[in-house]
Amino acid sequence: MDMSVNKKSKKTATDSNEIISLNNVSKAYSTGAPALKDIDLHINKGEFVFIVGDSGSGKSTLIKLLLRELTITSGEIRVMGYDLTRIRHRKIPKFRRNIGIVFQDFRLLKDRNVYENVAFAQRIIQKSNKEIRKNVPSILATVGLAGKYKAKPKQLSGGEQQRVALARALVNKPAILLADEPTGNLDPKNSWEIMKLLEQINENGTTVLVVTHNREVVNSMQKRVVTLKKGVIVSDEEKGGYIDED
Amino acid sequence: MRINTLFYTIRQGFRNIFRNKLFTLASIATISSCLFLFGLFYAIITNFQSVVKNAEQNIGVSVFFDEELEDSRIEEIGRMISKRTEVASIHFVTADEAWESFKTDYLREYADGFTENPLEGSEHYEIYLSDVSMQSALVTYLESISGVRKVNRSEITATTLTGVNALIAYVSVGIIIILLAVSIFLISNTVTIGISVRKEEINIMKYIGATDFFVRSPFVIEGMLIGLIGAAIPLGLIYVLYNVVMEYILERFAVLTRLLSFLTVQEIFNVLLPVSLGIGVGIGFLGSIVTVRKHLRV
Repeated sequence: MDMSVNKKSKKTATDSNEIISLNNVSKAYSTGAPALKDIDLHINKGEFVFIVGDSGSGKSTLIKLLLRELTITSGEIRVMGYDLTRIRHRKIPKFRRNIGIVFQDFRLLKDRNVYENVAFAQRIIQKSNKEIRKNVPSILATVGLAGKYKAKPKQLSGGEQQRVALARALVNKPAILLADEPTGNLDPKNSWEIMKLLEQINENGTTVLVVTHNREVVNSMQKRVVTLKKGVIVSDEEKGGYIDED
Repeated sequence: MRINTLFYTIRQGFRNIFRNKLFTLASIATISSCLFLFGLFYAIITNFQSVVKNAEQNIGVSVFFDEELEDSRIEEIGRMISKRTEVASIHFVTADEAWESFKTDYLREYADGFTENPLEGSEHYEIYLSDVSMQSALVTYLESISGVRKVNRSEITATTLTGVNALIAYVSVGIIIILLAVSIFLISNTVTIGISVRKEEINIMKYIGATDFFVRSPFVIEGMLIGLIGAAIPLGLIYVLYNVVMEYILERFAVLTRLLSFLTVQEIFNVLLPVSLGIGVGIGFLGSIVTVRKHLRV
């Protein structure tokens, strides 16, 4: 990835291997309640990181900050060299095209079939029809849904819907994949299949951040685990495990 | 923008109409009812104005001259009057023409007993006004001209028509304000429904990295199409309804049509068609822009 200074997009060089960098980041909502307090988090290219914590610990707020859906109250946040405190509104779409996002509730376009849901992401970055016809079947094959491209989301199981969401997130070859509770609505079997896919994606070079409650998955996968509690990072361990709330 | 992206955007705009059938129907019904009321009101008011205008054009002022006034002076007075801005037309009536007209209108066969023109010396100018409310000012002016013996006018008719004109203006403004208020209320309600339907879809688009333009375009195309359909329906209804009502009036109240001249449907549609389509498409355009705009800050 090009980490050189880009004046137009407020991209600035940081540590050449660092893809996400939060320095003393705090976020308070308009009610005054702090969601995140003095967060320091640095993630390198190609890492696989679990963000864990109970409800209200600030996990979702962190995801929203990384997507620049929310702005920080204080501190500094950089993602792929973009200074998210200073990025212009019109530059946000271009920034987001580097990030794939997967949600607990899949968020597929219900009125469109599998192929169109995935192709939609390619249309947004203005790929030609020829490229779309090549890329979409390829990514659907990767997530194991090559035969279901005509199906509508409601005709698919939860696991299959999450695979479609994954395919949509990956088809534009993002540098970072954010997964917000990707197994939250899935049974254990489907949860493991999704986690295996995420691991495979990470092995292919994509930085993966998974926000989860799933203790079993976190403990088994032996990846970096960042634990949030009441808006503060209480633990950040390589090959960590799920820390239970006292 | 790539050409396939442009076609995709347009295609999505058309498809959106069928994707959210309830929202589409509610929007079309709202715009249609507002524009139907507008069209109906416009047709009635313009006909009314046309009737009043015709009546105005038939209100004349007659100017009679001093006896023995020279023809050159009469011609000079004619030129002076025709230069006035409130004068639409001026026509010189000779004494013989005045007598012929009188005989035709009032005496008919009883006029045979007259061997000479009893209206000798009654040559005059008949003046028609472009604005009947200026009649008093014109009469004052005419009476001040030397050589003018008498000025005949119908003050009651002029005052009544001026009053009717003012009333039409007030009623027009009043009804337009009420219609606009009702339209804004109905449309904002429909837009609120639309927002809840679209919120998730817009959010997904934005998360994936769609530009505001990409998100907005299909909605704007959809809005304009809804506006277009919403305008076309009342226009069609009014076209049919107008012709039916006119036919009915011509059949049942034939006597009225000699006194009052109604506008043809073509005359009504010369203005109503572009204005209604403009309002419909405009409402659709603005409505969709406002609906989507609230959710673009994701």
